[in-house]
Amino acid sequence: MSEQNIDGIIEKYRGQPGSLIHALVEIQHENHWLPREVMHKVADALQVPFAQVMQIASFYKAFSLTPKGRHEVHVCTGMTCHLRGAARLRSKVEELTGLKDGETDADSRFTYETGACLGSCSIGPELIVDGKHYGRMTPEKVEDVLKQYE
Amino acid sequence: MTEIVLTIDGKEVKARAGMTVLQAAQQEGIYIPTLCHHEKLEAFGGCRLCMVEVEARGWTSYVVSCVYPVAKDIVVRTRSEKVDKIRKVLVEELMAHAPDSPELIRMAEEYGADRDRFERSASFCIVCGLCVRYCNEVKQKNAVGFIDNGARREISFIPEVARKECWDCQECFAICPTSYAQAAYLLTEALAFPGQRKEAVKVKKAPKPKRVIPIMPAPVTT
Amino acid sequence: MPKLQSAAELEKFRAELLAKRDPAKPCIAVCAGAACDGMDSAAVAAAFLAEAATQKLDGKLEIRTTGCHGYCEKGPNVVVTPGDICYFEVQPTDVPEIIAATLKGEVVERLVYKDPATGAKAVHMSEVPFYKHQTRLLIGDNPKIDPMRIDDYFAVGGYAGLVKALTTMTPEQVLAEVKKANLRGRGGGGFPAGSKWETTRNAPEKTKYVIVNGHEGESAAFMDRAMLTGNPHKILEGLIIGAYAIGAQKGFMYTRHDMPLLEKHVRQALAQATEYGLLGENILGSGFNFECELHFDVGIFVSGESSALMRSIEGNAPEPRPKYIRTSVNGIWDKPSNLNNVETWANVPQIISKGAEWFTSIGSEKSKGTKLISLSGNVVNSGIVEVPMGTPLRTLVFDIGGGVRDGKTLKAIHFGGAMGGSIPADLIDAPLDFDGMSKLGAPIGAGGLLLMDEDTDMIEVARYLMDFLVNESCGKCVPCREGMQQMLQILTRLTEGQGRKGDLELLEDLIEVTGVASLCALGKTSGDPLKSMFRYFKPEYESRIVSSAGGSDNK
Repeated sequence: MSEQNIDGIIEKYRGQPGSLIHALVEIQHENHWLPREVMHKVADALQVPFAQVMQIASFYKAFSLTPKGRHEVHVCTGMTCHLRGAARLRSKVEELTGLKDGETDADSRFTYETGACLGSCSIGPELIVDGKHYGRMTPEKVEDVLKQYE
Repeated sequence: MTEIVLTIDGKEVKARAGMTVLQAAQQEGIYIPTLCHHEKLEAFGGCRLCMVEVEARGWTSYVVSCVYPVAKDIVVRTRSEKVDKIRKVLVEELMAHAPDSPELIRMAEEYGADRDRFERSASFCIVCGLCVRYCNEVKQKNAVGFIDNGARREISFIPEVARKECWDCQECFAICPTSYAQAAYLLTEALAFPGQRKEAVKVKKAPKPKRVIPIMPAPVTT
Repeated sequence: MPKLQSAAELEKFRAELLAKRDPAKPCIAVCAGAACDGMDSAAVAAAFLAEAATQKLDGKLEIRTTGCHGYCEKGPNVVVTPGDICYFEVQPTDVPEIIAATLKGEVVERLVYKDPATGAKAVHMSEVPFYKHQTRLLIGDNPKIDPMRIDDYFAVGGYAGLVKALTTMTPEQVLAEVKKANLRGRGGGGFPAGSKWETTRNAPEKTKYVIVNGHEGESAAFMDRAMLTGNPHKILEGLIIGAYAIGAQKGFMYTRHDMPLLEKHVRQALAQATEYGLLGENILGSGFNFECELHFDVGIFVSGESSALMRSIEGNAPEPRPKYIRTSVNGIWDKPSNLNNVETWANVPQIISKGAEWFTSIGSEKSKGTKLISLSGNVVNSGIVEVPMGTPLRTLVFDIGGGVRDGKTLKAIHFGGAMGGSIPADLIDAPLDFDGMSKLGAPIGAGGLLLMDEDTDMIEVARYLMDFLVNESCGKCVPCREGMQQMLQILTRLTEGQGRKGDLELLEDLIEVTGVASLCALGKTSGDPLKSMFRYFKPEYESRIVSSAGGSDNK
């Protein structure tokens, strides 16, 4: 996390209320979550009421209002993955990590999220870790995949 | 100023171009129920209770009268079997949250809604957004906002703003149809800045606390 | 590359480009589409490049990384030209053998398609069952194009439609051609694109916008991102032509935030188009100015709804606008804005270059051209399919899709994701047609087609779809926010065996009111899957109502 980078992003959009979403997206991308004091800075710089920043930040799933773990574990719950057994995959991931949808463990190792279709339906069910897709995933294979991420 | 003639419930009504069907009806003393509408605020179109039947060029459609603009020769029916059914179900859905709201109880009687038809929900906010929009549009303080989306959407006081702005305003309490705004504020105060309001009151001499009255049916202007 | 100043310069550039290319020189195209990527096609592509470097094959062989080929089920896909030899499920270890065979003009037999029943082999794309029943007008170029290289698009005739429009046609003529082609919106509504363009064109405001809706939030629809990632210039060309016809000065591409490759390719396409003078001022010396900006969703389905999408481009929360206005007249910043989906725009260049008459010769009576379909669910051959409108579903499901997985029987066909519908297997001979499918209760929507096998629990499917929508709703209006939540609770009870007498009537009331009273299409159509299931699978629902509950409501 670099405060300088965040400030740089905020400066870029100073005085542009219409760029609120862009600013938040960039900060999320840089910092992986949106701390409250950063949202205050955004509100002040872009001249947007803080309440509106909160509305947008809590509205969209891409924004996180809490810190994330080192690795983001994502199970696709799209329709095909669902038909092809995503529920079993979810249970296994939940059992192994001890996490429920949206949670991060105490060691900040994993953040676990289920999410909408990512369009790789043909290789569902899918497990995605830090953006890497693991297609045709079975509950049996999950442990080996997660082991690679410390 | 262009004058537009339309029919509402069989009555010929004259309206100005740019008016909504709701405004045209209210001006003639024709009642249409609303929950999220407020004269001082921009039309929201959220509660959908003001839905009416509109017949235009042979087509019948269902529109929300608080945003639907008047148009020449349209025929508006503020009640019909379908309109009543829509209102009945919407009131039933809202009563899962706020079964004791006087406003909803009155509407339930009018449209035959069963307050127990749906399973009770934990929150008694009906998310009409009156508090949020009033604070934003009229007071321009933005001490309360919406958070989250879908069924999880709720109103939320922003402690950083509320501690400074709310104690001598509280105007949103009176327009809230369920008293939830007040409850949410008090909870925020208790959690985020307990006791501080009293200090502020001591220093600035607080106005008499306002009596919290739920919003009454939209006044019919004649 | 200096800017192309005129149509003649572009054609000269294209001729030089083609003269430098030897069609006989073998080219190995490695698919990097979403599914192949998930099966680590990147390692396969890297292995090809490494092997080619080791063997110093620079002049003898070309390696190309491309967008989605279509047959996602059997990725990583590799296609070798000339001859369109298809290799499936290619692993990095297969690379030396493929290179050796390619250089000798031979085929690696063990990697070609084998019929699961007869064992018969199919070497060329035109013989592979998955491909041979298709008409691949839109996606067919994907294996020939490295999406990072505009030259590859020029090489397949790219931007010829734009040249024709700008140099030989007036904006009115372009509009007339699109209207004559009866191009209907591919995003779900099937609304005639030409009429929509005309409304925006005729709006009095001078500033106008055109938008590509590449949000593709429909679950199990994945063809738009395959087109945008695999052939971004095709969509851009369509957009520029549309802007010319409509009189728009600025365009927006609105797409998903969660596809890094898509973003990279579209950014590159916009940069290259600008560099070549296909975007910017005085395009190809025609006097027409147009620029295009890229925008991303932030992960919620409702942002694909047109007015919500435009709110999002403005930087506001993506709530649909409550006003009774048409975005084609009052869209982004209240300016006339014409929005079409990726596939609709992708059809425009060929309509202009080949003409409306050619286009209308393909398809059914009222639905012209081809349609991209994302085939998935319990199907043997999942992937992206392109067929003429009017093609019987049977062709899609059996000839192309290879039928149901694991030897099971077909129970239902579902179209259109969470706002679509399911029809039973005995309607398999229905043609793929906007109006026909809508009448059956399974509107094509964006084109996500799911097969459901005999084991599918239709109530669970309805619950799943409702759960999806509840999470994607913006929550502004009561019928959508509360009505869907109530439907979800009832459906959840039904799946848990806790059905009560009166539940189905309650659901019917909710479907009706949510459908008529909701603010935007998300709520309005949220009950559609359920409606189709009540039409075709009602006994299954009735059987879930526990009769012993005797109608008592234990609340």
